[in-house]
Amino acid sequence: MPAVTFDSSTSPTPSSTSSTDSTARKRSSLPKMSNPFSFFSSSPKRKSAEAAMMQAVIAQQQALLNSPSSPGSHLLPTICLSSGEQKSNETQTLFQPPSPEEAAKQARAHSQFGPLLSKAHLHSSQFPGGEFPEPLEDEPPYYYVLTTYISYLILIIFGHVRDFFGKRFRKERYSHLKARNGFAPLNDDFDNFYVRRLKMRINDCFARPTTGVPGRFITLLDRDSDDHNLTFRYSGTTTETLNMSSYNYLGFAQSDGPCADAVETTVKKYGISMASSRGEAGTSDLHVEVENLIAEFMGKPAAMVFSMGYVTNAGAFPAIVGKGCLIISDELNHASIRFGARISGAVVTAFRHNNMKDLERVLRENIAEGQPRTHRPWKKILVAVEGLYSMEGTMCNLPALVELKKKYKFYLFVDEAHSVGALGAGGRGVCDYFGIDPAHIDILMGTLTKSFGANGGYIAADKTIIDKLRLTNPAALMGEAPTPPVLMQIASSLKIIIGRLVPGQGQERLQRLTFNARYLRLGLKRLGFIVYGHDDSPIIPVMLYNPAKMPAFSHEMLKRNISVVVVGYPATPLISSRARFCVSAAHNKEDLDRMLQACDEIGDVLQLKFSSGIAGGSLPEGEDQVEVKSKGRARANSIVPPRWPLDDVIRRGVEDTKKPLM
Amino acid sequence: MDFQNLQDVQHQVLHYANVTTSQFQRLPGSAIALRYIKSSYQNDPVRSAIELVLVLFAVRYLLAPSYSTQKPNKIRLTEEEVDDLVEDWTPEPLALGLSTIEEAENEKRPVVVGPSGPKVKIATASGSRHVTNLASWSFYNFGNNEIIKEKAIASLRRYGVGPCGPPNFYGTQDVHMKTEAEIAAHIGAPACILYAQGFSTISSVIPAFSKRGDIIVADRAVNYPIRKGIQVSRSTVYWYDHNDMEDLKRVLETVVRSQAKKPLTRRFIVTEGLFENVGDMVNLPKLVEFKHQYKFRIILDETWSYGVLGTHGRGVTEQQNVDPNHIDMIIGSLAGPLCAGGGFCAGSLEVVEHQRISSSAYTFSAALPAMLATTASEALAMREQTPELGVRLRENIDALRDQFNPERYPKSVWLFPQSAPENPVVMLVLKPEVVESLGIGRDEEDRLMAEMVEECLKKDVLITRLKPIPQILGSTARDASWQPRPALKVCVSAVLSKKEIEAAGTVVRRATYGVMERRKRR
Ligand SMILES: Cc1ncc(COP(=O)(O)O)c(C=O)c1O
Repeated sequence: MPAVTFDSSTSPTPSSTSSTDSTARKRSSLPKMSNPFSFFSSSPKRKSAEAAMMQAVIAQQQALLNSPSSPGSHLLPTICLSSGEQKSNETQTLFQPPSPEEAAKQARAHSQFGPLLSKAHLHSSQFPGGEFPEPLEDEPPYYYVLTTYISYLILIIFGHVRDFFGKRFRKERYSHLKARNGFAPLNDDFDNFYVRRLKMRINDCFARPTTGVPGRFITLLDRDSDDHNLTFRYSGTTTETLNMSSYNYLGFAQSDGPCADAVETTVKKYGISMASSRGEAGTSDLHVEVENLIAEFMGKPAAMVFSMGYVTNAGAFPAIVGKGCLIISDELNHASIRFGARISGAVVTAFRHNNMKDLERVLRENIAEGQPRTHRPWKKILVAVEGLYSMEGTMCNLPALVELKKKYKFYLFVDEAHSVGALGAGGRGVCDYFGIDPAHIDILMGTLTKSFGANGGYIAADKTIIDKLRLTNPAALMGEAPTPPVLMQIASSLKIIIGRLVPGQGQERLQRLTFNARYLRLGLKRLGFIVYGHDDSPIIPVMLYNPAKMPAFSHEMLKRNISVVVVGYPATPLISSRARFCVSAAHNKEDLDRMLQACDEIGDVLQLKFSSGIAGGSLPEGEDQVEVKSKGRARANSIVPPRWPLDDVIRRGVEDTKKPLM
Repeated sequence: MDFQNLQDVQHQVLHYANVTTSQFQRLPGSAIALRYIKSSYQNDPVRSAIELVLVLFAVRYLLAPSYSTQKPNKIRLTEEEVDDLVEDWTPEPLALGLSTIEEAENEKRPVVVGPSGPKVKIATASGSRHVTNLASWSFYNFGNNEIIKEKAIASLRRYGVGPCGPPNFYGTQDVHMKTEAEIAAHIGAPACILYAQGFSTISSVIPAFSKRGDIIVADRAVNYPIRKGIQVSRSTVYWYDHNDMEDLKRVLETVVRSQAKKPLTRRFIVTEGLFENVGDMVNLPKLVEFKHQYKFRIILDETWSYGVLGTHGRGVTEQQNVDPNHIDMIIGSLAGPLCAGGGFCAGSLEVVEHQRISSSAYTFSAALPAMLATTASEALAMREQTPELGVRLRENIDALRDQFNPERYPKSVWLFPQSAPENPVVMLVLKPEVVESLGIGRDEEDRLMAEMVEECLKKDVLITRLKPIPQILGSTARDASWQPRPALKVCVSAVLSKKEIEAAGTVVRRATYGVMERRKRR
């Protein structure tokens, strides 16, 4: 790979000045190749148009050099076309600078979907076979657990002290927690405490508004707060950041390309909306086409689409289970599943996350007991799990579930919101990943908001079930039908995935995603972070523990122009605050190296390298030629906590990504 | 700053901390203590104290001599017995086969070929044919407006389609903020929050505010999503007779009286602007009067009235001249007459900001596609700036309702429009005396309506009918809730000429006449 230096073009944005010292020093240790892309990260709005154009030209040439296989390579004919008139006069060379518009367009396309840098950066998503391992959850030293609790204690005491004085001296600020003119407050003082005193402190890390496409990069609207995050002031400027936060797994969030073109044509032809429900006049030929495509893709006889993923769940449960039925739900299931289960009228119980032993215990207990009080046998038992859990990065243990299903005769509902498109060699979700016939799963539900870059949800099942759902599912009878542009986004992205449109591109997207996910995960493990989840999962939670580290991590990342999601209590257990990275096929290795570098620096500053090595990342056996700086204390066993230097992580990453990560 | 130095110091500290922890671990019982601290979620001293008392109580209880008063009623089964039970258990099928009526209903559901609009092509066994569409909510045909389409495409070319994330995780785009501000300004409320689907918005808004122990007083006829919102909220619910202000007053007084001695809880009146299941309109001034008199907040579902009622389409508040600030939460849909997608809730800043963190369908679902938000903005502006649209719509509604005026059409004696005269969804139901004299039950009424819909379609007019509210599966007749009268739904469009509406209306009138005559003769 050509190592081209573009240091001169690296212009740190004003917001990153405070970190430039440390970054500048560290940067020398980084391979040069990770620099050229960093100019994308600075706000284009803050540069003169001329400079931006020059950089775009450079970027485009760089892309040409780097990616013989990338979608960028089809650029050449376009150049010829644009100067087609004088073809005879000019000699066409491969490296002729493109027209400024072309360059700008190319740069834009690359900011949504990065060019592939090497054919080696591909990997197929497939379960290697054997026993499906429980992911090992490493634990931090007690010291961190203790300080985490102490931090919460301090935050809570502080909050109460502030409340104590606030309620006496600044009554007007608390008026909304008191009864007013005989109306009870909308917010309980007690319930609101967490939001008021804890979340408000780090509110600037949440709900950051964006503009443009949430692709490889995402453009944030710059904002400031004068009143401790109560309200925000928008300066009118924007910052382009590396997007590690969107559920854009296959990179279909694009405003150009075959999908967007198809959507545009659809808007022109079909208009924007059906303005009706599926049960009334809201079914069009597009709906039928998309439903057939999804059924085919999922390997089920029939399918049905909805205009919102949340409601797909909320409507599905009441349509298939009711009184006298039992729903057994994974304790970490999504809010929409809980909503649907609750309104269905069935009895709902939970089992410990991904714990098949516990599920079996719950099953035996409930089948033996029957319905509460009457002890009649259950009419139906439905086990609801997710394919890929969005906060943990874990996959459901489908092989074990299918085994249990044979014995206990329950129905299986798999929510593939995050796994469809993201898992499996063909992107068909967990069944594809584990090589299990979809016929074993009764209901395959999924959302179209994530991998497909569209909106809505689907249910794929046997024809009788779908036929019944069309008659009884309230979301289909009364909710608005999906709109034509959204349907076309689904149809075109799906066709790309299965290779019916732009053959080869779908496969490449799938394999890029898996490579990227494994590469980043391995890198983080080797650097010494505690990462949750299974190896092929594109959701990578990195544990932070201490509540104060959430905003610190988010701010440090933002200084380096990277957008990440941080989550803490109550979305996670109190102790395990985390940052969550969502890898995309739109990222390339440079982006991930940039990410690793950022994590390496921030991990040192914030002391986040806790891992003991039990979850992988240590040196492969019998290798000690690489000098590993072991900063942490060695545990009683022989595993050395991995603390690889960044250079080694990057040097060995591509090769080792394709081996088992443990 | 020199991080290296700082780190060294930190490592020193860390080392000492580690030594201390390992010492601490040697103490007997330290593990338990640690685990206790670990699991004591809130770090709340009061809670810890209570738990300490509980522990002491438990110890005392355990040490007390044990004597049993009755046999434990939980029978311990052996593993083999459980295995047998498992073996014996056969579940019901997940979905029962379809009845012939159901199958027919699935088959007859129209499939539109190409764009939706006032005139559509629908698929038939041998191709397609053109019909007049009086079944969609697109009263102004904004979905095919060239200006709006252009704006939507421009939005597509800037934002792509999906925002690929929930609003709180980088899914909020500047277009969403713009649309929110515009809706708020249009209604005249201080703030507004955008949801990704209109249908489910209220199901999520209600439980965001009303919790267990709170009180909801709701109209008996409210739509399905409101019912589900109430169910999920687990609040105490009282129903009042549909649109009966006297009954509402009675219920409110009962609640106030029975709650007088208890601590103050949140109380809400939940109702609709234009009722989905009946078609008539709420009496907002009266509601506001009650609100202040009895201290109930108002949650108003304007799904069917926003963009329709009022000179500028601001909804019931404009129609009935009520200050929108008196209504605590106004919920509306952008997927109906505005031909975009999504829903919203408008209210005070406090109401809106609270939903951003605690409304389930907002926090746990991806944001609305930017191009649909743009469409909503544009359609809204167009509706606001063109009051003539409302005038035209009203003229066409009148023209259609006229078909069922016995003074003009003496043979038109079977059905009457029970919806409000302003409601573009004209709901035609059988007259009570007809139902009585023919002695038909709800099921048959529903079947007759289905026949009429079919008859209209044969004559190239697409209308729909009101479906019963889905009940909980396996529930018995005893726990069945209120059900609407079976009705025909004829959705009037403002972009059809009066002639076209009259022609379509004639078809509907004749179809209903034909079906009923046939029924009478049977
Ligand atoms: C498991 C699961 N189910 C359902 C949904 C809801 O999907 P949507 O965002 O399309 O409403 C989500 C989204 O976050 C999810 O993670």
